[in-house]
Amino acid sequence: MITEQVQTEAKPVVNKTQALVWLRQMMLIRRFEERAEMLYQKGGKIGGFFHQYSGQEPVAVASIGVLREDDYVITAYRDHGHALARGMTARAGMAELLGKVTGCSKGKGGSMHFFDAEKGFLGGHAIVGSHIALAAGVAFASKYRGEDRVCICYMGDGAINQGSVHETLNMAALWKLPVIYVVENNLYAMGTSLARSSSVLDLTVRCAVPYGIPGHQINGNDVELMARTTREAANRARAGEGPTFIEAQTYRYKGHSISDPGKYRQKEELDEAIRHDPILVYENILKERGWIDQEAIDRMREGVKEEIEESIEFAEASEQPPLEALYEDITVAPFIPQE
Amino acid sequence: MPVLTFREALNQAMTEEMERDDRVFLMGEEVAQYDGAYKVSQGMLKKFGPSRIIDTPISEGGFAGIGIGAAMVGLRPIVEFMTFSFSLVAIDQIVNNAANMRYMSGGQFAVPIVFRGSSGMAGCLAATHSHRLEAWYAQIPGLTVVLPGTPADAKGLLKSAIRSDDPVVFIEHEVLYHEKGEVPEGEHVVPIGKADIKREGSDVTLITYSRSLKATLAAAEKLAEEGIDAEVVDIRTIRPLDLDTLLTSIGKTHRGVIVEEDWPYCGLGAGIADRITQAAFDELDAPIRRVAAKDAPIPYNRTLEASMLPSVDRVVAAVKDVMYV
Repeated sequence: MITEQVQTEAKPVVNKTQALVWLRQMMLIRRFEERAEMLYQKGGKIGGFFHQYSGQEPVAVASIGVLREDDYVITAYRDHGHALARGMTARAGMAELLGKVTGCSKGKGGSMHFFDAEKGFLGGHAIVGSHIALAAGVAFASKYRGEDRVCICYMGDGAINQGSVHETLNMAALWKLPVIYVVENNLYAMGTSLARSSSVLDLTVRCAVPYGIPGHQINGNDVELMARTTREAANRARAGEGPTFIEAQTYRYKGHSISDPGKYRQKEELDEAIRHDPILVYENILKERGWIDQEAIDRMREGVKEEIEESIEFAEASEQPPLEALYEDITVAPFIPQE
Repeated sequence: MPVLTFREALNQAMTEEMERDDRVFLMGEEVAQYDGAYKVSQGMLKKFGPSRIIDTPISEGGFAGIGIGAAMVGLRPIVEFMTFSFSLVAIDQIVNNAANMRYMSGGQFAVPIVFRGSSGMAGCLAATHSHRLEAWYAQIPGLTVVLPGTPADAKGLLKSAIRSDDPVVFIEHEVLYHEKGEVPEGEHVVPIGKADIKREGSDVTLITYSRSLKATLAAAEKLAEEGIDAEVVDIRTIRPLDLDTLLTSIGKTHRGVIVEEDWPYCGLGAGIADRITQAAFDELDAPIRRVAAKDAPIPYNRTLEASMLPSVDRVVAAVKDVMYV
């Protein structure tokens, strides 16, 4: 289970304004996922594979929240939360889920392939472990140009068993690339628990120590601990000191994807996680600090609901891509179908 | 016109493009301090330094992905595979990431990268080191696939590949590296997607590329001695195929033979024959014949390996078949 850590920082890592932004973003992601799942299950408006982020919100929100606007973000297929945390609109995300032309990938990518170039959000990648090298390449480009932009890359605990991940960690360390690798350890790679798939349970031992990379095993659901750890990693990367590996321990409330009832885990385990729901925990922390009261929290939640409902209306009213779109955006040069 | 080897022509193309555009860099195994496993990058480390000529560990999947990531944010990497046989370890990156990125992102990201290196049956390298993967890559929408057969085309097409905004799979043939040929001086750029008629003729169209060009031209000379006038079309770019040039030639000769080092089943020749047949069935006076490698893994033994290759005799026999002589 999740490493016991002090949930409340003795001293806040952020100011009130930032903290409230993060709280709202977490609520937005939660609501987005809940409503999208309903659309998937009722009426079949969303198809394909759909991976819920509920329960893991602090990892994306607090780490992306300490980066600069010109940094880069790349993640795996459980990508809605990271996209929204990076500032993608709920409209663009919801329209993509509905396959509409107004979606963040014009309806060509779907749930697993969200992209937003303007926000430096480089996807949504659905082959486990395949984007780890892309992140190093993005960081390589930053270093090549003499810039101090960093790339943050998220993956699940299942990804660390892919060979290309270790090839890349070695090169990222060897070349001191400005990249931050965050493993969101939610304890399950689809239905296979970490204990059944990893020879060592401390993932820093597998991914940081062998490559001489600093490794941090933390409670990723502790918003401000996640933020502080990421900020230190980003500072290190900007200073030319190379990559950092963060094992962010977290928990997903839903199955691996919509079709997964999650029978491989105990109900008590899930109940325990929900009792420590990170959004409620952060609400309480901020209340204790006197930064927000229950009335304001309720208003915030209502505002989030309205924003998500509006995004659904937008997505439903949007056009389907025309059939000609099939051959569009394959290459930059005019595409000649080989038919 | 200066005479260069194939490897010198490739070196010139990379050097000129790196001088022209500082976003271009070369990455791969032994490309820098060792001066290239096949000496294609000889002298480039000295000229451009270690920040642009980059030795990698033996991690094809990893460094192919690093190249793609760098290309997504605006650099123009040249990723060298010591041989394309090793690209099999990186095929996830090439197919899933390089080829799909633009489409999956709704046109937001481009991947201007060149994957290049040697390939083919090069003499006693046996099954793992003799792959010809052009048909595999040519099937993938989003990739451009180029296989030059002469030093001049090697230089001109590699320059175009480096300038392309899309991912290019640029496959060299190991036995061609020492081949010499005239290469135009100055700015010499050969457009992607254009076939080249290497020998004009009127009786039969021989369609080929890369190393098989040599055997095909030799076969054409032999056929000429017997009064058969063969046209030899070097397709040069496999994807997109210059179908117009092929159809024009077939419209003239009404007969076609495809010569390739690829395996026969589901091979490149099958795809090309299908496209010609669909477009110009009525022009054909005989079924298109294919001279491909034999359908077996590549053997170590020299004699067995030679028997795999499209030879002059096999090309001549196929031509006589479609000529009904």
